[in-house]
Amino acid sequence: MNEARKTMTLDRSLPREPWVARRGAPLALQAAQYAVLIVLALIMLVPFVWTVSTSFKEQSGLATATPQFIPDPASLDAYRTLSDRMDIPRLIFNSFFVTVVGTAGQVIFAAMAAYAFSRMVWRGRDTVFLLYLATLMIPVQVIIIPQFILIRHLGWVNTYQGLIIPSLFNAFGVFLLRQSFLTLPRDLEEAAFIDGANRFTVFWRVVLPLSKPALATLTVFNFMALWNAYLWPLFVARKAEVMTLPVALANLAGSSRYQGSVEWNVVMAGAVITILPILIAYLFAQKWFVRGVTFSGIKG
Amino acid sequence: MAGNRGITKWGWVAFFLAPSLLGLIVFILGPVVYSLRLTLYDWNLLSDAKFIGLDNFRELYHDAAFWTAFEHTLTFIVLYIPSVLVLAFLTALLLDQPLRGRAWFRTAFFVPVVTSWVAVAVIWKWVFNPAYGLVNYFLSLVGIEGPAWLIDPDTALYAIIITSVWKDLGFITVMFLAGLQGIPENYYEAAKIDGANRWQRLHRITVPLLTPTTFFALIISLINSFQVFEQAWLMPERFARRGASVIVGEIVDNAFRYNRMGYAATMSWVLFAVIFTITLVQFRFQNRWVHYDL
Repeated sequence: MNEARKTMTLDRSLPREPWVARRGAPLALQAAQYAVLIVLALIMLVPFVWTVSTSFKEQSGLATATPQFIPDPASLDAYRTLSDRMDIPRLIFNSFFVTVVGTAGQVIFAAMAAYAFSRMVWRGRDTVFLLYLATLMIPVQVIIIPQFILIRHLGWVNTYQGLIIPSLFNAFGVFLLRQSFLTLPRDLEEAAFIDGANRFTVFWRVVLPLSKPALATLTVFNFMALWNAYLWPLFVARKAEVMTLPVALANLAGSSRYQGSVEWNVVMAGAVITILPILIAYLFAQKWFVRGVTFSGIKG
Repeated sequence: MAGNRGITKWGWVAFFLAPSLLGLIVFILGPVVYSLRLTLYDWNLLSDAKFIGLDNFRELYHDAAFWTAFEHTLTFIVLYIPSVLVLAFLTALLLDQPLRGRAWFRTAFFVPVVTSWVAVAVIWKWVFNPAYGLVNYFLSLVGIEGPAWLIDPDTALYAIIITSVWKDLGFITVMFLAGLQGIPENYYEAAKIDGANRWQRLHRITVPLLTPTTFFALIISLINSFQVFEQAWLMPERFARRGASVIVGEIVDNAFRYNRMGYAATMSWVLFAVIFTITLVQFRFQNRWVHYDL
Protein backbone atom coordinates (compact mmCIF):
# COMPACT_ATOMS: atom_id res chain seq x y z
CA MET A 1 0.00 0.00 0.00
CA ASN A 2 2.81 2.43 0.81
CA GLU A 3 4.54 2.31 -2.57
CA ALA A 4 1.16 2.58 -4.21
CA ARG A 5 0.38 5.61 -2.15
CA LYS A 6 3.61 7.36 -3.16
CA THR A 7 3.09 6.92 -6.88
CA MET A 8 -0.57 7.88 -6.54
CA THR A 9 0.32 11.15 -4.88
CA LEU A 10 2.87 11.93 -7.58
CA ASP A 11 0.53 11.24 -10.41
CA ARG A 12 -2.62 12.73 -8.95
CA SER A 13 -1.84 16.00 -10.73
CA LEU A 14 -2.16 14.35 -14.17
CA PRO A 15 -4.88 16.00 -16.22
CA ARG A 16 -8.07 13.95 -16.57
CA GLU A 17 -8.26 12.62 -20.11
CA PRO A 18 -11.58 10.93 -20.65
CA TRP A 19 -10.50 9.25 -23.92
CA VAL A 20 -7.83 7.18 -22.17
CA ALA A 21 -9.98 6.49 -19.13
CA ARG A 22 -11.16 2.91 -18.63
CA ARG A 23 -11.35 1.83 -22.20
CA GLY A 24 -13.46 -1.25 -22.88
CA ALA A 25 -12.14 -4.66 -21.88
CA PRO A 26 -10.82 -7.13 -24.50
CA LEU A 27 -13.52 -8.77 -26.59
CA ALA A 28 -13.41 -12.20 -24.94
CA LEU A 29 -13.65 -10.66 -21.50
CA GLN A 30 -16.54 -8.48 -22.64
CA ALA A 31 -18.39 -11.53 -23.91
CA ALA A 32 -17.88 -13.25 -20.57
CA GLN A 33 -19.13 -10.18 -18.74
CA TYR A 34 -22.28 -10.09 -20.86
CA ALA A 35 -22.84 -13.79 -20.27
CA VAL A 36 -22.68 -13.36 -16.48
CA LEU A 37 -24.96 -10.32 -16.58
CA ILE A 38 -27.52 -12.12 -18.73
CA VAL A 39 -27.57 -15.14 -16.41
CA LEU A 40 -28.01 -12.83 -13.42
CA ALA A 41 -30.79 -10.88 -15.13
CA LEU A 42 -32.55 -14.19 -15.87
CA ILE A 43 -32.28 -15.24 -12.23
CA MET A 44 -33.77 -11.89 -11.22
CA LEU A 45 -36.61 -11.88 -13.75
CA VAL A 46 -37.60 -15.51 -14.37
CA PRO A 47 -39.47 -15.82 -11.03
CA PHE A 48 -41.66 -12.90 -12.12
CA VAL A 49 -42.28 -14.40 -15.56
CA TRP A 50 -43.12 -17.69 -13.86
CA THR A 51 -45.56 -15.82 -11.58
CA VAL A 52 -47.41 -14.20 -14.48
CA SER A 53 -47.44 -17.47 -16.42
CA THR A 54 -48.79 -19.43 -13.43
CA SER A 55 -51.56 -16.88 -12.88
CA PHE A 56 -52.92 -17.63 -16.38
CA LYS A 57 -53.02 -21.40 -15.90
CA GLU A 58 -55.83 -23.68 -14.81
CA GLN A 59 -55.53 -25.50 -11.52
CA SER A 60 -55.09 -28.79 -13.40
CA GLY A 61 -52.23 -27.38 -15.45
CA LEU A 62 -50.00 -26.61 -12.46
CA ALA A 63 -48.59 -30.05 -11.77
CA THR A 64 -46.22 -30.50 -14.67
CA ALA A 65 -42.87 -32.24 -14.31
CA THR A 66 -41.28 -29.81 -16.78
CA PRO A 67 -42.11 -26.15 -16.12
CA GLN A 68 -44.41 -24.70 -18.79
CA PHE A 69 -43.77 -21.02 -19.25
CA ILE A 70 -46.48 -20.60 -21.90
CA PRO A 71 -49.83 -21.50 -20.32
CA ASP A 72 -51.68 -24.06 -22.39
CA PRO A 73 -54.60 -23.59 -22.22
CA ALA A 74 -54.34 -19.98 -21.09
CA SER A 75 -57.24 -19.06 -18.85
CA LEU A 76 -58.54 -16.31 -16.60
CA ASP A 77 -59.83 -18.88 -14.08
CA ALA A 78 -57.40 -17.79 -11.38
CA TYR A 79 -58.43 -14.14 -11.63
CA ARG A 80 -62.12 -15.13 -11.60
CA THR A 81 -61.67 -17.31 -8.51
CA LEU A 82 -59.71 -14.50 -6.87
CA SER A 83 -62.39 -11.89 -7.43
CA ASP A 84 -65.07 -14.32 -6.20
CA ARG A 85 -63.13 -14.78 -3.01
CA MET A 86 -62.10 -11.22 -2.22
CA ASP A 87 -63.22 -7.73 -3.11
CA ILE A 88 -60.30 -6.82 -5.38
CA PRO A 89 -61.37 -3.26 -6.27
CA ARG A 90 -61.84 -2.55 -2.57
CA LEU A 91 -58.37 -3.89 -1.71
CA ILE A 92 -56.78 -1.84 -4.48
CA PHE A 93 -58.65 1.26 -3.34
CA ASN A 94 -57.60 0.70 0.30
CA SER A 95 -53.97 0.26 -0.66
CA PHE A 96 -54.00 3.36 -2.87
CA PHE A 97 -55.88 5.45 -0.32
CA VAL A 98 -53.60 4.55 2.57
CA THR A 99 -50.47 4.95 0.44
CA VAL A 100 -51.42 8.28 -1.17
CA VAL A 101 -52.80 9.95 1.97
CA GLY A 102 -49.96 8.57 4.10
CA THR A 103 -47.28 9.68 1.64
CA ALA A 104 -48.75 13.16 1.22
CA GLY A 105 -49.04 13.62 4.98
CA GLN A 106 -45.53 12.36 5.68
CA VAL A 107 -43.97 14.62 3.06
CA ILE A 108 -45.89 17.75 4.11
CA PHE A 109 -45.21 17.32 7.84
CA ALA A 110 -41.57 16.49 7.20
CA ALA A 111 -41.13 19.50 4.90
CA MET A 112 -42.67 21.87 7.44
CA ALA A 113 -40.51 20.57 10.28
CA ALA A 114 -37.42 20.62 8.05
CA TYR A 115 -38.14 24.26 7.25
CA ALA A 116 -38.22 25.16 10.95
CA PHE A 117 -34.94 23.28 11.46
CA SER A 118 -33.09 24.76 8.49
CA ARG A 119 -34.42 28.18 7.57
CA MET A 120 -35.36 29.62 10.97
CA VAL A 121 -33.22 30.48 13.97
CA TRP A 122 -34.67 29.80 17.40
CA ARG A 123 -33.48 28.76 20.84
CA GLY A 124 -33.31 25.02 21.44
CA ARG A 125 -33.46 24.18 17.73
CA ASP A 126 -30.44 21.90 17.70
CA THR A 127 -31.54 20.07 20.85
CA VAL A 128 -34.94 19.31 19.36
CA PHE A 129 -33.32 18.21 16.10
CA LEU A 130 -31.04 15.86 18.00
CA LEU A 131 -34.15 14.35 19.57
CA TYR A 132 -35.47 13.70 16.04
CA LEU A 133 -32.20 12.03 15.04
CA ALA A 134 -32.23 9.85 18.16
CA THR A 135 -35.60 8.37 17.19
CA LEU A 136 -34.05 7.06 13.95
CA MET A 137 -32.17 4.46 15.98
CA ILE A 138 -35.21 2.92 17.63
CA PRO A 139 -36.23 -0.26 15.82
CA VAL A 140 -39.85 -0.48 14.75
CA GLN A 141 -40.44 -3.55 16.96
CA VAL A 142 -39.92 -1.49 20.11
CA ILE A 143 -42.54 1.07 19.10
CA ILE A 144 -45.08 -1.14 17.43
CA ILE A 145 -46.45 -2.76 20.61
CA PRO A 146 -47.28 0.50 22.47
CA GLN A 147 -48.51 1.99 19.18
CA PHE A 148 -50.94 -0.89 18.85
CA ILE A 149 -52.08 -0.46 22.45
CA LEU A 150 -52.61 3.26 21.80
CA ILE A 151 -54.56 2.68 18.58
CA ARG A 152 -56.70 0.08 20.34
CA HIS A 153 -57.32 2.51 23.21
CA LEU A 154 -58.43 5.18 20.72
CA GLY A 155 -60.78 2.66 19.07
CA TRP A 156 -58.90 2.99 15.79
CA VAL A 157 -58.30 -0.71 15.09
CA ASN A 158 -59.72 -1.55 11.63
CA THR A 159 -59.96 2.10 10.60
CA TYR A 160 -58.11 4.16 8.00
CA GLN A 161 -56.88 6.59 10.63
CA GLY A 162 -55.39 3.70 12.60
CA LEU A 163 -53.57 2.55 9.48
CA ILE A 164 -52.37 5.96 8.36
CA ILE A 165 -51.79 8.31 11.29
CA PRO A 166 -49.07 6.47 13.26
CA SER A 167 -46.96 6.21 10.09
CA LEU A 168 -47.11 9.95 9.33
CA PHE A 169 -44.31 10.92 11.63
CA ASN A 170 -40.83 9.78 10.90
CA ALA A 171 -37.64 11.68 11.45
CA PHE A 172 -35.99 10.28 8.34
CA GLY A 173 -37.96 12.60 6.05
CA VAL A 174 -37.22 15.61 8.24
CA PHE A 175 -33.53 14.75 8.11
CA LEU A 176 -33.46 14.26 4.33
CA LEU A 177 -35.34 17.48 3.55
CA ARG A 178 -33.40 19.55 6.07
CA GLN A 179 -30.18 18.56 4.27
CA SER A 180 -31.65 19.79 1.01
CA PHE A 181 -33.15 23.02 2.42
CA LEU A 182 -29.80 23.94 3.99
CA THR A 183 -28.21 24.17 0.55
CA LEU A 184 -30.56 26.92 -0.69
CA PRO A 185 -29.07 30.45 -0.77
CA ARG A 186 -30.54 32.84 1.75
CA ASP A 187 -30.86 35.72 -0.75
CA LEU A 188 -33.84 34.14 -2.46
CA GLU A 189 -35.84 34.12 0.75
CA GLU A 190 -34.73 37.64 1.65
CA ALA A 191 -35.91 38.94 -1.71
CA ALA A 192 -39.33 37.41 -1.12
CA PHE A 193 -39.55 38.85 2.39
CA ILE A 194 -38.75 42.33 1.04
CA ASP A 195 -41.59 41.90 -1.43
CA GLY A 196 -43.86 41.40 1.56
CA ALA A 197 -44.22 37.61 1.52
CA ASN A 198 -44.78 35.83 4.85
CA ARG A 199 -43.03 32.67 6.09
CA PHE A 200 -45.60 30.31 4.66
CA THR A 201 -45.54 31.92 1.21
CA VAL A 202 -41.75 31.67 1.16
CA PHE A 203 -41.89 28.04 2.25
CA TRP A 204 -44.53 27.16 -0.33
CA ARG A 205 -43.44 29.34 -3.28
CA VAL A 206 -39.66 29.49 -2.87
CA VAL A 207 -38.26 26.66 -0.73
CA LEU A 208 -40.43 23.75 -1.89
CA PRO A 209 -40.12 24.42 -5.67
CA LEU A 210 -36.34 24.64 -5.30
CA SER A 211 -36.17 21.30 -3.47
CA LYS A 212 -37.99 19.12 -5.99
CA PRO A 213 -35.31 16.36 -6.17
CA ALA A 214 -35.31 15.79 -2.41
CA LEU A 215 -39.12 15.93 -2.28
CA ALA A 216 -39.38 13.44 -5.15
CA THR A 217 -36.92 11.08 -3.47
CA LEU A 218 -38.83 11.18 -0.19
CA THR A 219 -42.21 10.84 -1.89
CA VAL A 220 -41.18 7.78 -3.84
CA PHE A 221 -39.54 6.20 -0.82
CA ASN A 222 -42.62 6.71 1.35
CA PHE A 223 -44.91 5.53 -1.42
CA MET A 224 -42.98 2.30 -1.76
CA ALA A 225 -42.75 1.72 2.00
CA LEU A 226 -46.48 2.24 2.51
CA TRP A 227 -47.59 0.25 -0.53
CA ASN A 228 -45.45 -2.70 0.57
CA ALA A 229 -46.10 -2.41 4.33
CA TYR A 230 -47.10 -5.64 6.05
CA LEU A 231 -46.34 -5.63 9.79
CA TRP A 232 -48.44 -2.65 10.89
CA PRO A 233 -51.44 -3.35 8.60
CA LEU A 234 -51.35 -6.98 9.78
CA PHE A 235 -52.27 -5.82 13.29
CA VAL A 236 -54.58 -2.86 12.69
CA ALA A 237 -56.37 -3.75 9.45
CA ARG A 238 -57.76 -7.27 9.73
CA LYS A 239 -61.27 -6.48 8.46
CA ALA A 240 -61.95 -6.65 4.73
CA GLU A 241 -63.25 -3.05 4.64
CA VAL A 242 -59.84 -1.55 5.42
CA MET A 243 -57.49 -4.41 4.49
CA THR A 244 -54.60 -3.62 2.13
CA LEU A 245 -53.18 -5.81 -0.66
CA PRO A 246 -50.11 -7.31 1.12
CA VAL A 247 -52.16 -8.55 4.07
CA ALA A 248 -54.81 -9.97 1.73
CA LEU A 249 -52.12 -11.70 -0.34
CA ALA A 250 -50.52 -13.22 2.76
CA ASN A 251 -53.95 -14.46 3.92
CA LEU A 252 -54.63 -15.86 0.47
CA ALA A 253 -51.36 -17.78 0.43
CA GLY A 254 -52.15 -19.18 3.86
CA SER A 255 -55.69 -20.28 3.08
CA SER A 256 -55.94 -20.96 -0.62
CA ARG A 257 -56.41 -24.71 -0.82
CA TYR A 258 -58.40 -26.72 -3.31
CA GLN A 259 -58.84 -30.37 -2.38
CA GLY A 260 -55.79 -30.17 -0.18
CA SER A 261 -53.41 -28.62 -2.70
CA VAL A 262 -52.50 -24.96 -2.86
CA GLU A 263 -54.13 -23.04 -5.70
CA TRP A 264 -50.88 -21.51 -6.89
CA ASN A 265 -52.54 -19.96 -9.93
CA VAL A 266 -54.89 -17.99 -7.65
CA VAL A 267 -52.08 -16.97 -5.28
CA MET A 268 -49.91 -15.87 -8.23
CA ALA A 269 -52.84 -13.85 -9.62
CA GLY A 270 -52.95 -12.07 -6.26
CA ALA A 271 -49.19 -11.48 -6.43
CA VAL A 272 -49.50 -10.00 -9.94
CA ILE A 273 -52.18 -7.55 -8.77
CA THR A 274 -50.07 -6.54 -5.75
CA ILE A 275 -46.87 -6.03 -7.75
CA LEU A 276 -48.20 -4.37 -10.90
CA PRO A 277 -48.89 -0.84 -9.54
CA ILE A 278 -45.53 -0.48 -7.80
CA LEU A 279 -43.73 -1.98 -10.81
CA ILE A 280 -45.33 0.55 -13.17
CA ALA A 281 -44.47 3.38 -10.77
CA TYR A 282 -40.90 2.06 -10.64
CA LEU A 283 -40.50 1.90 -14.40
CA PHE A 284 -41.65 5.53 -14.71
CA ALA A 285 -39.71 6.97 -11.76
CA GLN A 286 -36.73 4.63 -11.63
CA LYS A 287 -34.16 7.26 -10.69
CA TRP A 288 -36.12 8.34 -7.62
CA PHE A 289 -36.72 4.78 -6.47
CA VAL A 290 -33.00 4.05 -6.60
CA ARG A 291 -32.21 7.29 -4.74
CA GLY A 292 -34.90 6.80 -2.14
CA VAL A 293 -33.83 3.27 -1.29
CA THR A 294 -30.09 3.96 -1.23
CA PHE A 295 -30.41 7.16 0.81
CA SER A 296 -32.41 5.53 3.51
CA GLY A 297 -30.80 2.13 3.70
CA ILE A 298 -34.21 0.77 4.56
CA LYS A 299 -35.63 -1.91 2.36
CA GLY A 300 -39.17 -2.26 1.06
CA MET B 1 -36.74 40.68 11.33
CA ALA B 2 -38.16 40.36 7.86
CA GLY B 3 -40.99 37.93 7.37
CA ASN B 4 -42.18 38.15 10.94
CA ARG B 5 -44.82 40.79 10.42
CA GLY B 6 -48.21 39.91 11.87
CA ILE B 7 -47.20 36.63 13.49
CA THR B 8 -44.30 36.46 15.95
CA LYS B 9 -41.24 34.32 15.32
CA TRP B 10 -42.35 31.70 17.84
CA GLY B 11 -45.76 31.64 16.21
CA TRP B 12 -44.12 30.60 12.94
CA VAL B 13 -41.86 28.06 14.61
CA ALA B 14 -44.92 26.53 16.23
CA PHE B 15 -46.82 26.59 12.93
CA PHE B 16 -44.10 24.68 11.06
CA LEU B 17 -42.98 22.35 13.81
CA ALA B 18 -46.09 21.56 15.85
CA PRO B 19 -47.74 18.91 13.62
CA SER B 20 -44.54 16.92 13.30
CA LEU B 21 -43.33 17.33 16.87
CA LEU B 22 -46.73 16.51 18.34
CA GLY B 23 -46.91 13.37 16.21
CA LEU B 24 -43.39 12.40 17.15
CA ILE B 25 -44.18 12.74 20.85
CA VAL B 26 -47.49 10.86 20.70
CA PHE B 27 -46.56 8.12 18.24
CA ILE B 28 -42.79 7.63 18.69
CA LEU B 29 -41.33 9.08 21.90
CA GLY B 30 -44.36 8.25 24.04
CA PRO B 31 -44.40 4.63 22.85
CA VAL B 32 -40.65 4.29 23.47
CA VAL B 33 -41.05 5.35 27.10
CA TYR B 34 -44.21 3.27 27.49
CA SER B 35 -42.49 0.24 26.00
CA LEU B 36 -39.58 0.55 28.41
CA ARG B 37 -42.06 0.61 31.30
CA LEU B 38 -43.93 -2.39 29.86
CA THR B 39 -40.82 -4.55 30.29
CA LEU B 40 -41.51 -4.48 34.04
CA TYR B 41 -45.13 -5.59 33.74
CA ASP B 42 -47.16 -8.66 32.99
CA TRP B 43 -50.09 -7.56 30.88
CA ASN B 44 -52.46 -9.42 28.55
CA LEU B 45 -54.44 -6.33 27.39
CA LEU B 46 -57.60 -7.54 29.17
CA SER B 47 -56.94 -7.65 32.91
CA ASP B 48 -54.95 -5.05 34.87
CA ALA B 49 -51.21 -4.85 34.26
CA LYS B 50 -49.22 -6.44 37.09
CA PHE B 51 -45.82 -5.09 38.15
CA ILE B 52 -43.33 -7.98 38.19
CA GLY B 53 -39.95 -6.24 38.35
CA LEU B 54 -37.31 -7.97 36.25
CA ASP B 55 -39.21 -11.26 35.92
CA ASN B 56 -39.64 -10.77 32.16
CA PHE B 57 -35.87 -10.58 31.73
CA ARG B 58 -35.39 -13.64 33.94
CA GLU B 59 -37.94 -15.61 31.96
CA LEU B 60 -36.32 -14.52 28.69
CA TYR B 61 -32.95 -15.76 29.90
CA HIS B 62 -34.39 -19.26 30.26
CA ASP B 63 -36.70 -19.14 27.23
CA ALA B 64 -35.53 -21.90 24.89
CA ALA B 65 -37.83 -20.75 22.06
CA PHE B 66 -36.32 -17.27 22.16
CA TRP B 67 -32.74 -18.54 22.06
CA THR B 68 -33.55 -20.91 19.22
CA ALA B 69 -34.95 -17.93 17.32
CA PHE B 70 -31.81 -15.99 18.22
CA GLU B 71 -29.66 -18.80 16.87
CA HIS B 72 -31.64 -18.93 13.61
CA THR B 73 -31.28 -15.17 13.26
CA LEU B 74 -27.50 -15.49 13.71
CA THR B 75 -27.34 -18.33 11.17
CA PHE B 76 -29.28 -16.14 8.79
CA ILE B 77 -26.82 -13.28 9.32
CA VAL B 78 -23.69 -15.42 8.97
CA LEU B 79 -24.82 -16.89 5.64
CA TYR B 80 -26.79 -14.00 4.18
CA ILE B 81 -24.43 -11.06 4.75
CA PRO B 82 -21.22 -12.42 3.16
CA SER B 83 -23.21 -13.84 0.22
CA VAL B 84 -25.08 -10.67 -0.53
CA LEU B 85 -22.05 -8.38 -0.04
CA VAL B 86 -19.71 -10.44 -2.24
CA LEU B 87 -22.29 -11.01 -4.98
CA ALA B 88 -23.32 -7.35 -4.94
CA PHE B 89 -19.68 -6.23 -5.13
CA LEU B 90 -19.04 -8.45 -8.17
CA THR B 91 -22.28 -7.36 -9.82
CA ALA B 92 -21.41 -3.71 -9.23
CA LEU B 93 -17.96 -4.24 -10.79
CA LEU B 94 -19.64 -5.70 -13.88
CA LEU B 95 -22.18 -2.90 -14.09
CA ASP B 96 -19.40 -0.31 -13.72
CA GLN B 97 -17.81 -1.51 -16.99
CA PRO B 98 -18.56 0.56 -20.07
CA LEU B 99 -20.90 -2.10 -21.43
CA ARG B 100 -23.76 -1.33 -23.76
CA GLY B 101 -27.17 -1.75 -22.14
CA ARG B 102 -25.95 -1.79 -18.56
CA ALA B 103 -28.81 0.55 -17.58
CA TRP B 104 -31.21 -2.25 -18.58
CA PHE B 105 -29.42 -4.71 -16.36
CA ARG B 106 -29.55 -2.33 -13.43
CA THR B 107 -33.28 -1.87 -13.99
CA ALA B 108 -33.77 -5.64 -13.95
CA PHE B 109 -31.66 -6.21 -10.82
CA PHE B 110 -33.63 -3.59 -8.90
CA VAL B 111 -37.10 -5.03 -9.58
CA PRO B 112 -37.02 -7.41 -6.57
CA VAL B 113 -36.02 -4.47 -4.35
CA VAL B 114 -39.21 -2.52 -5.08
CA THR B 115 -41.42 -5.61 -4.76
CA SER B 116 -43.04 -6.17 -1.37
CA TRP B 117 -41.72 -8.97 0.84
CA VAL B 118 -45.18 -10.53 0.93
CA ALA B 119 -45.24 -10.89 -2.87
CA VAL B 120 -41.64 -12.13 -2.97
CA ALA B 121 -42.40 -14.65 -0.23
CA VAL B 122 -45.40 -16.20 -2.00
CA ILE B 123 -43.60 -16.23 -5.35
CA TRP B 124 -40.58 -18.04 -3.92
CA LYS B 125 -42.77 -20.47 -2.03
CA TRP B 126 -43.97 -21.58 -5.43
CA VAL B 127 -40.46 -21.44 -6.95
CA PHE B 128 -39.21 -23.64 -4.08
CA ASN B 129 -42.10 -26.10 -4.39
CA PRO B 130 -40.30 -29.49 -4.16
CA ALA B 131 -42.34 -31.22 -6.87
CA TYR B 132 -43.27 -28.53 -9.39
CA GLY B 133 -41.07 -25.55 -8.51
CA LEU B 134 -38.36 -24.06 -10.70
CA VAL B 135 -35.46 -24.55 -8.28
CA ASN B 136 -35.70 -28.31 -8.03
CA TYR B 137 -36.39 -28.56 -11.76
CA PHE B 138 -33.13 -26.77 -12.59
CA LEU B 139 -31.30 -28.84 -9.97
CA SER B 140 -32.65 -32.00 -11.59
CA LEU B 141 -31.22 -30.87 -14.94
CA VAL B 142 -27.75 -31.11 -13.44
CA GLY B 143 -28.57 -34.40 -11.78
CA ILE B 144 -29.23 -33.15 -8.24
CA GLU B 145 -32.31 -34.24 -6.37
CA GLY B 146 -33.43 -31.05 -4.63
CA PRO B 147 -34.50 -31.06 -0.97
CA ALA B 148 -38.02 -30.35 0.30
CA TRP B 149 -36.93 -26.75 1.07
CA LEU B 150 -39.74 -24.94 2.89
CA ILE B 151 -41.50 -28.11 3.96
CA ASP B 152 -38.49 -29.45 5.87
CA PRO B 153 -37.46 -27.66 9.10
CA ASP B 154 -33.81 -28.49 8.32
CA THR B 155 -33.77 -26.68 4.97
CA ALA B 156 -36.41 -23.95 5.37
CA LEU B 157 -33.93 -21.39 6.68
CA TYR B 158 -31.64 -21.92 3.65
CA ALA B 159 -34.50 -21.29 1.26
CA ILE B 160 -35.25 -18.10 3.18
CA ILE B 161 -31.60 -16.99 2.99
CA ILE B 162 -31.42 -17.63 -0.78
CA THR B 163 -34.61 -15.63 -1.31
CA SER B 164 -33.28 -12.77 0.83
CA VAL B 165 -30.02 -12.60 -1.15
CA TRP B 166 -32.05 -12.55 -4.37
CA LYS B 167 -34.28 -9.74 -3.10
CA ASP B 168 -31.56 -7.50 -1.66
CA LEU B 169 -28.84 -8.02 -4.28
CA GLY B 170 -29.94 -5.03 -6.38
CA PHE B 171 -30.14 -2.80 -3.32
CA ILE B 172 -26.55 -3.45 -2.20
CA THR B 173 -25.31 -3.45 -5.82
CA VAL B 174 -26.62 0.08 -6.34
CA MET B 175 -24.86 1.18 -3.16
CA PHE B 176 -21.56 -0.29 -4.38
CA LEU B 177 -22.08 1.27 -7.82
CA ALA B 178 -22.43 4.70 -6.24
CA GLY B 179 -19.22 4.03 -4.32
CA LEU B 180 -17.37 2.87 -7.45
CA GLN B 181 -18.43 5.94 -9.38
CA GLY B 182 -17.04 8.08 -6.56
CA ILE B 183 -13.49 6.75 -7.02
CA PRO B 184 -11.51 9.38 -8.98
CA GLU B 185 -10.60 8.24 -12.49
CA ASN B 186 -7.03 9.56 -12.25
CA TYR B 187 -6.12 6.92 -9.66
CA TYR B 188 -6.71 4.28 -12.31
CA GLU B 189 -4.87 6.24 -14.98
CA ALA B 190 -1.89 6.71 -12.71
CA ALA B 191 -1.86 3.00 -11.89
CA LYS B 192 -2.00 2.10 -15.60
CA ILE B 193 0.94 4.38 -16.35
CA ASP B 194 2.80 2.59 -13.57
CA GLY B 195 2.01 -0.68 -15.31
CA ALA B 196 -0.47 -2.08 -12.81
CA ASN B 197 -2.62 -4.84 -14.32
CA ARG B 198 -6.39 -5.26 -13.83
CA TRP B 199 -6.05 -7.40 -10.77
CA GLN B 200 -3.59 -5.01 -9.10
CA ARG B 201 -5.85 -2.04 -9.80
CA LEU B 202 -8.80 -3.90 -8.31
CA HIS B 203 -6.84 -5.04 -5.30
CA ARG B 204 -4.88 -1.83 -4.62
CA ILE B 205 -7.35 0.88 -5.61
CA THR B 206 -10.93 -0.33 -5.94
CA VAL B 207 -11.16 -2.52 -2.86
CA PRO B 208 -9.52 -0.11 -0.38
CA LEU B 209 -11.34 2.95 -1.71
CA LEU B 210 -14.64 1.11 -1.59
CA THR B 211 -14.29 0.24 2.10
CA PRO B 212 -16.43 3.20 3.26
CA THR B 213 -19.28 1.88 1.09
CA THR B 214 -18.65 -1.67 2.29
CA PHE B 215 -18.73 -0.41 5.87
CA PHE B 216 -22.03 1.38 5.31
CA ALA B 217 -23.53 -1.64 3.50
CA LEU B 218 -22.39 -3.91 6.31
CA ILE B 219 -23.93 -1.71 9.03
CA ILE B 220 -27.22 -1.38 7.17
CA SER B 221 -27.51 -5.06 6.32
CA LEU B 222 -26.63 -6.14 9.86
CA ILE B 223 -29.29 -3.86 11.34
CA ASN B 224 -31.81 -5.10 8.78
CA SER B 225 -30.93 -8.78 9.25
CA PHE B 226 -31.32 -8.73 13.01
CA GLN B 227 -34.86 -7.55 12.25
CA VAL B 228 -35.51 -10.23 9.61
CA PHE B 229 -39.22 -11.06 9.77
CA GLU B 230 -41.56 -11.18 6.77
CA GLN B 231 -39.76 -13.89 4.83
CA ALA B 232 -39.30 -16.13 7.89
CA TRP B 233 -42.91 -15.52 8.92
CA LEU B 234 -44.51 -16.16 5.53
CA MET B 235 -42.39 -18.70 3.71
CA PRO B 236 -42.03 -21.96 5.69
CA GLU B 237 -44.86 -24.49 5.70
CA ARG B 238 -46.48 -25.18 9.05
CA PHE B 239 -44.23 -28.04 10.18
CA ALA B 240 -41.07 -26.31 9.02
CA ARG B 241 -41.76 -23.11 10.96
CA ARG B 242 -39.86 -24.29 14.01
CA GLY B 243 -36.73 -24.56 11.88
CA ALA B 244 -36.97 -20.94 10.80
CA SER B 245 -38.20 -18.99 13.83
CA VAL B 246 -36.53 -15.58 14.19
CA ILE B 247 -36.36 -12.92 16.94
CA VAL B 248 -38.97 -10.56 15.51
CA GLY B 249 -41.25 -13.53 14.89
CA GLU B 250 -41.05 -14.35 18.61
CA ILE B 251 -41.91 -10.72 19.45
CA VAL B 252 -44.92 -10.76 17.15
CA ASP B 253 -46.07 -14.16 18.47
CA ASN B 254 -45.85 -13.05 22.09
CA ALA B 255 -47.51 -9.69 21.51
CA PHE B 256 -50.29 -10.60 19.16
CA ARG B 257 -50.86 -14.33 19.54
CA TYR B 258 -50.34 -14.86 23.29
CA ASN B 259 -51.19 -11.22 24.22
CA ARG B 260 -48.07 -11.01 26.41
CA MET B 261 -47.35 -7.32 25.93
CA GLY B 262 -44.75 -6.92 28.67
CA TYR B 263 -42.79 -9.98 27.63
CA ALA B 264 -42.83 -8.99 23.95
CA ALA B 265 -41.64 -5.48 24.86
CA THR B 266 -38.79 -7.03 26.84
CA MET B 267 -37.73 -9.02 23.78
CA SER B 268 -37.83 -5.91 21.62
CA TRP B 269 -35.50 -4.07 24.02
CA VAL B 270 -33.08 -6.98 24.12
CA LEU B 271 -33.05 -6.94 20.31
CA PHE B 272 -32.43 -3.18 20.33
CA ALA B 273 -29.58 -3.60 22.82
CA VAL B 274 -27.95 -6.24 20.61
CA ILE B 275 -28.26 -4.13 17.44
CA PHE B 276 -27.04 -1.02 19.23
CA THR B 277 -23.99 -2.77 20.71
CA ILE B 278 -22.98 -4.38 17.45
CA THR B 279 -23.33 -1.12 15.51
CA LEU B 280 -21.28 0.68 18.15
CA VAL B 281 -18.54 -1.97 18.05
CA GLN B 282 -18.38 -1.69 14.27
CA PHE B 283 -17.92 2.07 14.44
CA ARG B 284 -15.23 1.58 17.06
CA PHE B 285 -13.28 -0.83 14.86
CA GLN B 286 -13.84 0.85 11.51
CA ASN B 287 -10.44 2.59 11.48
CA ARG B 288 -8.84 -0.87 11.36
CA TRP B 289 -10.10 -1.50 7.84
CA VAL B 290 -12.03 1.43 6.40
CA HIS B 291 -9.92 3.75 4.19
CA TYR B 292 -11.20 7.16 3.28
CA ASP B 293 -8.15 7.76 1.06
CA LEU B 294 -5.31 5.69 -0.31
